Amino acid sequence: MSTELAAATGARQGDEPTGPGPVRSRSTWRDRLGRWDVKYSPYLYVAPFFVIFGIVGLFPLLYTAWVSLFDWDLIDDNPSFIGLENYAALFGDAQFWKTLVNTFSIFLLSSVPQVIMAVLLAALLNTRLRAPTGWRVGILMPYVASLVALGIIFANLFGPNYGLVNGILETVGLDRVDWQADRFASHVAIAIMVNWRWTGYNALIVLAAMQAIPKELHEAAVVDGAGPVRRFFSVTLPLLRPTLIFVVVTSTIGGLQIFTEPKLFDAMPGSNNGGSTNQFQTITLYMYQSAFEREDLGYASAVAWVLFLIIILVALVNFFLTRRIATTGEDRR
Amino acid sequence: MRHRRRHVLALTSILSAATLLAAACGGSGGPESSDGRIELTIGTFGEFGYEGLYAEYERLHPNITITPHKTGQGGPYHEALFTKLGAGSGLDDVMAVEEGHLSDVLAKSSRFHDLADLGPADVKPDRWLDWKYQAGLDKQGKLVGYGTDIGPLAMCYRKDLFQQAGLPTDPQEVKSLFESWDSYFEAGDRFVRESGGTAWFDSAAQLFNAMQNQLQTGFFDRSDTLVVESNPAIKQNWDKVTAAVERGQSAGLVAFSNEWNSGFKSSAFATKTCPSWMLGVIEEQAGPEHAGQWAVTDAFPGGGGNWGGSYLTVPTQSEHPEEAAALAAWLTAPEQQIKAFKAKGVFPSQVQALESPELLAATNDYFGGVKDGELFATQARKVGHAQYKGPGDGKIQENAVAPALQAVEQGASPDEGWRQFVDASAQIAR
Repeated sequence: MSTELAAATGARQGDEPTGPGPVRSRSTWRDRLGRWDVKYSPYLYVAPFFVIFGIVGLFPLLYTAWVSLFDWDLIDDNPSFIGLENYAALFGDAQFWKTLVNTFSIFLLSSVPQVIMAVLLAALLNTRLRAPTGWRVGILMPYVASLVALGIIFANLFGPNYGLVNGILETVGLDRVDWQADRFASHVAIAIMVNWRWTGYNALIVLAAMQAIPKELHEAAVVDGAGPVRRFFSVTLPLLRPTLIFVVVTSTIGGLQIFTEPKLFDAMPGSNNGGSTNQFQTITLYMYQSAFEREDLGYASAVAWVLFLIIILVALVNFFLTRRIATTGEDRR
Repeated sequence: MRHRRRHVLALTSILSAATLLAAACGGSGGPESSDGRIELTIGTFGEFGYEGLYAEYERLHPNITITPHKTGQGGPYHEALFTKLGAGSGLDDVMAVEEGHLSDVLAKSSRFHDLADLGPADVKPDRWLDWKYQAGLDKQGKLVGYGTDIGPLAMCYRKDLFQQAGLPTDPQEVKSLFESWDSYFEAGDRFVRESGGTAWFDSAAQLFNAMQNQLQTGFFDRSDTLVVESNPAIKQNWDKVTAAVERGQSAGLVAFSNEWNSGFKSSAFATKTCPSWMLGVIEEQAGPEHAGQWAVTDAFPGGGGNWGGSYLTVPTQSEHPEEAAALAAWLTAPEQQIKAFKAKGVFPSQVQALESPELLAATNDYFGGVKDGELFATQARKVGHAQYKGPGDGKIQENAVAPALQAVEQGASPDEGWRQFVDASAQIAR
């Protein structure tokens, strides 16, 4: 609105020096401003986001790439340019590959069950329930709880000696599991932490998409003799495709950047090691360790950029996979 | 980073130009607020027991206002300290530094004032225990920090568990068990056998670090070369500790973890290396149900040792370095440290304070009414020398030794653990 007003006043000021000209010229000036207004002011309205994103998002991103070309100590007055040496060192770094495997293992153990459970939960919530809002708020509760509190509680539950989980396992007659020392067990414990927090959130997004599916389609399927399972796979799932793509891509981005959970899971308070032999150190945790514990900012920046590229790659792979999985014969969009 | 630094630089140069101008006009020594009062800031973490002292200092020096900045945990405090040291601004006029981070501060000693020059002339080295004073010097002999408190090591043990296993329980009689590390681990074997498998100590890293600190040199020699592999004493200590782990003496509980806390309640181990401040930790974690079962004796395997304690430094960033040094000197005087001891139990490092009747009369009810002030004063004098610690020494203890020993406790072989320790320390030293 204010831009239109400014444009109008601008027009009046603009034609003052020319003096009383012919009426036609005044209207074209105005017309032109009106056209500019329609054409450009939307860009002006969205500009604040992009300006701020440029300052706090894009600039650090590019600056990190710049830093990664230096041997840059945290307290360093004259960092020296070393080209791609940080990247070369990174690809020969056994700890990096170990953290990469850890990250993917934790990501798969969390994201896959998470999305499947979210869809199933959403399907359950979509049936006729008493007090539906209560149930929906209920499954969102873990998401509302503080991540740090969650991490501390779960690290306690999975304590190898005095943890509740091992206590239960023993009562049931199973063997204790060393959730800290065993690599796979620690990944499972961390994945459970992630799933606990995010499943409900994703379920609500899927639920919203489910409710947007026209009833007629289900009714038509019923008339055609499809049972509830068949309807779920042939009607619901294909129509959820755009939402599933969104859920899978966001959980990929989140899943590959898991940081707080493994940091708090470590028995050693404040440790960035991710276990005694880095058995559950993720890439982000390694990046943090490189930057603020080993004070090697250049190397940490290289880790950050490699992680960025990996996330883009995996998100693309997921995008195409999800498209294939959730496609029926015909493409609707 | 670089951009921000340039702005900071520009800003500070403007500030210092303004300062110069103000100094030229007013003819005073430094920038002062309009009413002529100087504001000093001081950064501490945890408990230093200084709260009551600030007001007293302000009363004694009407032109000084003190603004304390207190951080709860040492970890984030020191992380911020090094970040601000790098940024070139943001530090307080007086900054406390913990002993474990001191080696990293000494490595950057050019960013701190020499308190021997800057501080009041009447502050002499003999104010402190010699080893405490020596540890505050950098390689060139520059005094970077005034000592505040210390954590002399003694041995804590469970009387009831000792009795059940047929070991002596009297503080005088148990001393023979804690004479050397060999006698300590021998007693451990006996205890584990008699008690049916209860652990002797909480975790291997707690012992190894104490043993390491008793060596003549740390992980680095004085030319800052890593000596982990070339100093046979380090490997010998490693072998002793890991052998004890393999014989079931360790409870494998990482210090200060939740499981470690639970370990005190469930009587998971019988002895604990005990700096003065550990008595409070044990009382809190073991709880009233174990009152009177823990005891402490003035003996420590291999002589003595120290764990913890801090220094007060004045960074070159400070705009009132002389006033800041005067404040630090006053706070670390014996009279003030005794007040801090009474307020929060921080154990003084000053020779006079260690002889004060108030300290010697202190007792601890949880540990059976033991005269703990006198006991730890005795232990403090047993610490022989200040070990030279190269840059990264503290990090090696924390991020190379501790995880590698934890890996051994979790089932890795001592050789695998040693390799991990050597590799990790080489990476930190890089």
